[in-house]
Amino acid sequence: MEKLIANFNYVIVVILMMIGLWSMLAQKNLIKKCIGMAIFQTGIILFFISIGAKDNALIPILTEAANHTYPVSDASKVANPLTQILMLTAIVVGVATLGVALALAQKIYQQHSSFDEDEILENERK
Amino acid sequence: MTEQLPIIIILGPLLGATLAAFAAWFRPRLSHPLVVLGLVISSAAALKLVFIVADAGAQKYWLGGWGTKQGHGVVGIQITVDHLNTLLLAAVSGIALLTSVYTRRLVDTELAGRQRYFYALFSLLVTGLLGITITGDIFNLYVFMEIAALSSYALIAYGRGRAYMAAFNYLIMGTMGACLYLLGVGFIFAKSGTLNIDDVSAIIPALGQSQALFVGFVLILLGAWAKMAFFPFHGWLPNAYAHAPTASAAILAPLATKVAVYAMLRVMVTVYSIDYIIHSPGIQSLALYLSSLAIVIASFFSLTQTNLKKLASYFVLSEIGYMVGGAWLANKPGLTGAMYHVVADAAMTSALFMAIGCIVYRLGQTQLDDLKGVFFKMPVTMAAFVVTMAALIGVPPTCGFFSKWYLIQGAAQEGVWHFVAALLLSSLVKAIILFRIIEIGYNRVPHPAIKGNPAIPRNEAPLSMLIPTAAMALGLVALGLGTSTLVNTIIAKALPAGLAP
Repeated sequence: MEKLIANFNYVIVVILMMIGLWSMLAQKNLIKKCIGMAIFQTGIILFFISIGAKDNALIPILTEAANHTYPVSDASKVANPLTQILMLTAIVVGVATLGVALALAQKIYQQHSSFDEDEILENERK
Repeated sequence: MTEQLPIIIILGPLLGATLAAFAAWFRPRLSHPLVVLGLVISSAAALKLVFIVADAGAQKYWLGGWGTKQGHGVVGIQITVDHLNTLLLAAVSGIALLTSVYTRRLVDTELAGRQRYFYALFSLLVTGLLGITITGDIFNLYVFMEIAALSSYALIAYGRGRAYMAAFNYLIMGTMGACLYLLGVGFIFAKSGTLNIDDVSAIIPALGQSQALFVGFVLILLGAWAKMAFFPFHGWLPNAYAHAPTASAAILAPLATKVAVYAMLRVMVTVYSIDYIIHSPGIQSLALYLSSLAIVIASFFSLTQTNLKKLASYFVLSEIGYMVGGAWLANKPGLTGAMYHVVADAAMTSALFMAIGCIVYRLGQTQLDDLKGVFFKMPVTMAAFVVTMAALIGVPPTCGFFSKWYLIQGAAQEGVWHFVAALLLSSLVKAIILFRIIEIGYNRVPHPAIKGNPAIPRNEAPLSMLIPTAAMALGLVALGLGTSTLVNTIIAKALPAGLAP
């Protein structure tokens, strides 16, 4: 239990991902599927950021850039910048995917006047 | 110059896509030649690299020169061309080049009036696929995976009507796969602190038995399986490829799933190791059972199809089962078969969809019953079709026979008889379907050579479509005849050392 409280961010990550996954797979409404997708991606972003975070960490910027004397022993006091950069990329990818998904949902709505998967499939069978 | 070749492979189609998208604004006719030019450069570089790799071994390239400074560890992104991916790079860029020439007429008729951005998306898709194949960085692989995926959603949605829903389902499944993959990368990164494939593979053995690494492996595996439409995740594929325009299906079907299989192979062979896989409890036998099920179920469904494009999509599904099964046999013939079949199947599926595209172009229909008399109308196309089907069945001089031979050998060696049975069943089903098509296309009309019967005029597809189709079909035979050279000089060296013979 103590472990869970100490790592509550990972608990939230799991909860977010479960909500996202469930609404991507089980929801019938296309827009809710898109929302689920966004929540799932948010969970992953939080997960990556949690990996790189440290207590009382400094920002990872070289102060004496000119002579490259960045003390290696201090790496433990600096937040890992790589995870944040990775997630910047992942956010961009997520936005693009969500955009395409919403565009498709809009096209489907124009065709069937519905976001409900069952209704759409029934329409298509006709 | 030659040290820059790896990056040129990606830059060709990437620049082609960008320029084609700009050209689409003010001079739409320019975008096709620009894309073809980009692909010519890319496939020339890929072909040259096959010879370089065969002679001199793996070629590594650091983007922007980063990562070569000593004392800083790995900073930049590495791209690698080694024995595992060089053949696939050549196959992807070569098939993309042929397909880009081939689809020109098809796009003009099928997507008349809205073909403006088609080739920009086409080229972007190829960029993504080549990027997945060439990259030496597991996060970079995710980015390229999404580049390829986003352009393929758009390419499928070009089909309109039912294609929108098919593309949406693919998007949900594809995003889930990519997210699971990304999560797996997170686990690997948390444990090893690096994203470079060479670094990770050096660090993983030192970490010993680690639950986090195992979870990461399973997540990446599930992600790759969702991307390649492996058995429990296969629902999206038949609809997506059947409702997509034939031109989109002709590029997506041969390449997209095969590249996902390569990503799985890369993670299995290089990032983790075959040793790790054999010792992971339960996954090996589970994956083998799933492969057999994938083959059997896809074969069963292909028997019930009446639509030619959907039929071909189910063939794609069963071939995925071959490759995953072969990889998970984790012995020498099995892995050789899987690696060889990735290339062979890309060529076979490409030839199949090209032949189907020719039929669609002339007949405008894809139902099996509409094929009456097609052997008299389009003899060259149908000859290519029969050769392709023979390759899919596994008739000796074609490449399909050799990959199946390796796979069956590997399965027999491990004693996985259900996989052998599934492979043979799949061949049988494909033979049945071939003969059914021959029966419809040849026998259901009065034979024109007999006096008194009406003549059937020849009505072949245009040469720009016919030549790539015939070239691909001949390529299948050539690839089959060159099997031993390819396997000995390249694939055998891609196998991890210390593998049981």
